[in-house]
Amino acid sequence: IKEQEETEAKAIQIGSKDRSKKRVEASCFVSMEVGRKMANMLGTDHDLNFKETELCLGLPGGIAVVAAGNETESSSSPKTNGKRGFSETVDLKLNLQSKESTMDLNKNLDDNGSKEKSGSAKDPAKPPAKAQVVGWPPVRSYRKNIMANQKNSSEESGNSGAALVKVSMDGAPYLRKVDLKMYKSYQELSDALAKMFSSFTMGNYGPQGMIDFMNESKLMDLLNSSDYVPSYEDKDGDWMLVGDVPWQ
Amino acid sequence: MSEDDERQQSPPSDLEFVSNKARNCNATGSGSGHPEFQSTYPDQVLENVLENVLHFLTSRRDRNAASLVCKSWYRVEALTRSELFIGNCYAVSPGRATARFTRVKALHLKGKPRFADFNLMPPDWGAHFNPWALAMAKAYPWLEKVHLKRMSVTDDDLATLAELFLGFKELVLVCCDGFGTSGLAIFVSKCRQLKVLDLIESEVSDDETDWISCFPEGESNLESLIFDCVECHINFEALDRLVARSPSLKKLKLNRYVSIGQLYRLMVRAPQLTHLGTGSFSPSDIAGQGDQEPDYVAAFAACRSLVCLSGFREIIPDYLPAIYPVCANLTSLNFSYANITAEQLKPIISKCHKLQTFWVLDSICDEGLQAVAATCKDLRELRVFPVDPREDNDGPVSEVGLQAISEGCRKLQSILYFCQRMTNAAVIAMSKNCPDLVVFRLCIMGRHRPDPVTSEPMDDGFGAIVMNCKKLTRLAVSGLLTDKAFDYIGRHGKLVRTLSVAFAGDSDMALKYVLEGCPQLQKLEIRDSPFGDAALRSGLHHYYNMRFLWMSSCRLTRHGCQEIARAMPRLVVEVIRSADEEEMDDVVGTLYMYRSLEGPRTDAPKFVTIL
Repeated sequence: IKEQEETEAKAIQIGSKDRSKKRVEASCFVSMEVGRKMANMLGTDHDLNFKETELCLGLPGGIAVVAAGNETESSSSPKTNGKRGFSETVDLKLNLQSKESTMDLNKNLDDNGSKEKSGSAKDPAKPPAKAQVVGWPPVRSYRKNIMANQKNSSEESGNSGAALVKVSMDGAPYLRKVDLKMYKSYQELSDALAKMFSSFTMGNYGPQGMIDFMNESKLMDLLNSSDYVPSYEDKDGDWMLVGDVPWQ
Repeated sequence: MSEDDERQQSPPSDLEFVSNKARNCNATGSGSGHPEFQSTYPDQVLENVLENVLHFLTSRRDRNAASLVCKSWYRVEALTRSELFIGNCYAVSPGRATARFTRVKALHLKGKPRFADFNLMPPDWGAHFNPWALAMAKAYPWLEKVHLKRMSVTDDDLATLAELFLGFKELVLVCCDGFGTSGLAIFVSKCRQLKVLDLIESEVSDDETDWISCFPEGESNLESLIFDCVECHINFEALDRLVARSPSLKKLKLNRYVSIGQLYRLMVRAPQLTHLGTGSFSPSDIAGQGDQEPDYVAAFAACRSLVCLSGFREIIPDYLPAIYPVCANLTSLNFSYANITAEQLKPIISKCHKLQTFWVLDSICDEGLQAVAATCKDLRELRVFPVDPREDNDGPVSEVGLQAISEGCRKLQSILYFCQRMTNAAVIAMSKNCPDLVVFRLCIMGRHRPDPVTSEPMDDGFGAIVMNCKKLTRLAVSGLLTDKAFDYIGRHGKLVRTLSVAFAGDSDMALKYVLEGCPQLQKLEIRDSPFGDAALRSGLHHYYNMRFLWMSSCRLTRHGCQEIARAMPRLVVEVIRSADEEEMDDVVGTLYMYRSLEGPRTDAPKFVTIL
C-alpha cells in the first residue's frame, strides 16, 4: 500500500508541477483521488511535501484537512477543521478551470484589441513602455538583420571590444580566455599566460607531478632562459616561433 | 496597363466621333466603323502617323490619356506600348494584359503592399511571378527586360526567363524572395545577352551554388551587376575574371563577403565604373597582414567616373580616407550600413559638394547632419536610418539635425528621417525652407510622442508641411496626432498620392478628412489607428481611383468590410488573418483592398478571406 501511495503522491507532484496545460488535469486527478483516498494518502508519507506540489487549489494544505481525523503533517492551512466532500473538490476543480478559461479569454481580447504585442488602439495615450511592437519602427527586416549581424560580428571580432582568445594548457583542468588587446607585445602576453597558468600549481591540481614544474618562479626562469623558446600553434595547425609575425 | 484606365476595357463609344483624324473604319476589324469614309488609304496613313508619333510617347500617364481619345487611338497606343507597368499584379490578369498589349519589350510588376516589409503580412500571401512568366513566354518571346518589386520569384521562374526569352537583357528584382543561388546559376548561365542583373534588398537563399562561376565564358555584355543583398559567399576568383571580361561594366555592387583587398583588385580591373558598392570595406583577416596594404587611394583616384558609392557593410573607419579622391564627383553616397561617428563623417562629407542623394545612419548624430547641411547645398534626397530601431527616450538625432538640414539644403525634395524626438518648430521650419519637398517621411519612433518642448501633438508640424510644400506627393506621419492633423492633410494635401499612417488620429473623422479631401490619393496604408467602418464608407466614391488601401489593427469589422465589397464589385476586399485569429471573429485584423478587373484571385492562401 505504501508503494501505491508513493506512486500516487509522486504522480500528483509530477502532474501539478507541470503548470501549463496539465494543471487542470492534475487538479482533476488530485481532487478525485483526494476525494476517494484521503485517509490513505495523507499524513503517511513524509515526502509528499504538499507545498511543493503547488496545486493552486486555493487551499494550501487544505487537502490534508480532509483526512478525517488523521494526523497531518501539513501545518500551513488556516482552515484546519472540517471534512471536504467530493462536491467541494469538484468545485475547486471547476473554479480552477473557469479561472483558467477566463484568463485565456482575456488574453484573446487583448490580442484582438492590440494585435499580438502591438500597442492597443483603444488606449492611445499610454503606449507600453519599451515593449517591442511587430513591424515598428518601420525598418525593413532586411535592414534590421544586417544591423543585428553587424553588431554580433563586431562583438565577436573585437572591433568595439575585446579580442578574446581561448588558451589551453596541457594538463590544466580548464581553459582560459585572454584579451589580446590588453597586451602590446609577445613578451607581455607570455608573462600574462605564465601567471595565469601558474595558479594551477596552487591547491589540489596536478597531482601527477606537474606541481614542481609549474611553480611560478621556476616557470619564469625557464621561460627566460635560452633552453626554451616560446612557440604557438597557428590556425593551420603548425607550431610557429613567437616573434616572426609582428604583434600588430 | 496603368492604374488610370484599368477600370475601362474600352473607351465609351461617344468618344469615337470626337476626332476626324482618328476615324478608322474596319482596317483592323474592330467593328463599328463610320460609313462616310469608304477609302481606307487616308486612314491608314493617319494611323501610321499616329503609330510613329506614339512611339515617342514614353510616359505611361500620357499613354493612358492618349488611349482614352477614341478606339483607334486606344488600339494604336496598345500596339506601340513597349514598356508595361502594372502597379498591382492582381489588378489585371496576365492574359488580359498580354491580349491588349501585344508588343511589349519590358515588364514592370509590383506585388505585395509595402507594409509586408515590416512583417505585417504572413508569408506566402501571394504575388507570384510564375503565371506572368508563363504568359509572357507565349505572348512576348522577344521580351528583354523584367523589373519586379515585392514579388515571389522561384528558381523555376528564373530558369524560364533565361530559357524562353532568347534576347533577355535586363533583370531587376527589388524586395523579392523565393529564389536562391541555384536559380541565379541557371539564369546567368543561359542568359547570353545579359546586360543587367540587379538584386536589390531581396532575400536570396543560399543553396551553396557558385553562381558567379556560371556566367558564360568569353566577353560579357554586362553593364550592371548588383548583388549586395546576397548573403552568401561568392567565388572571388570567378568574379575577378568576370569583371575582367566585362568591358561595359558600369555598375558593380558587391556583397559583404568581399573584402577590401578583393575590392581593390576589382577596382583596378574596372576603373570605368560609375556606381560602386564596396562590399565589407574591411580586410578579410583582423590579424595584421605581413604584406603591405594595397594603395586604396590610388584605386579610387583611378575611378574618375565614379558618381555613386555605397556598401561599407562592415566598415573599419580607418579605411575611409581611401575614398577622398572621389568625393568631389559623388552625386550619391550610401552610408546607411556604416556605423560611423560625426568625426569620421566630417572629412568625407566636407568634400562632397555635388552630393544629391545621401543615405546614412543616425550614428552621425545631429552634429553629423550639421556637417552635411554645411556642405551639401545640392542635396535632393536624405535618408537617416536608426542604428538601433527601438522605442527609446534617447536618440542620436533630433529636431536639431532636421533644422540644420532644412537651413542648409534648400533644394531638398525627399526626406526619410528616423528619430526619437522632434518638435513642431523644426518641421515647420523645414516646410518653409524646403518648398520643393515631394516626399516627406518622418518617423518618430516613440509611438504617440508629442512635441517634447511644447507637449503639443505634432499636428501643426505636419499641417505646415502640407500647406507649404505645394508639390508634396508622398507623406508619412508619426508622433502624437489628433484628427486635426488629418484635417490639414485633407484640406491642403491636394497632390498627395501616398500616405502612411501609424498609431495616429482620434476618431473616424481623421480618415474621412483624408478620403474626402485628397483627390489624388492612390496608396493609403494605415496601422493601429482608431478608424472604423463609418470611416471606411466615406471613401466609397474614391476607391476605384486608388491602387490600394491597407488597414491593419484598426477598428474595422467584417460586416463593415462586407458592405464595401458589396457596394463595389470591382474591388477585391481581402481580410487577412494572423496566426492566432479565429475565422469567425467579426473583428478584422488586416484589410487589404484594391481595384481589379479580375475579381477574387484564385491563389489566395487560407489565411486570406476575400469578401
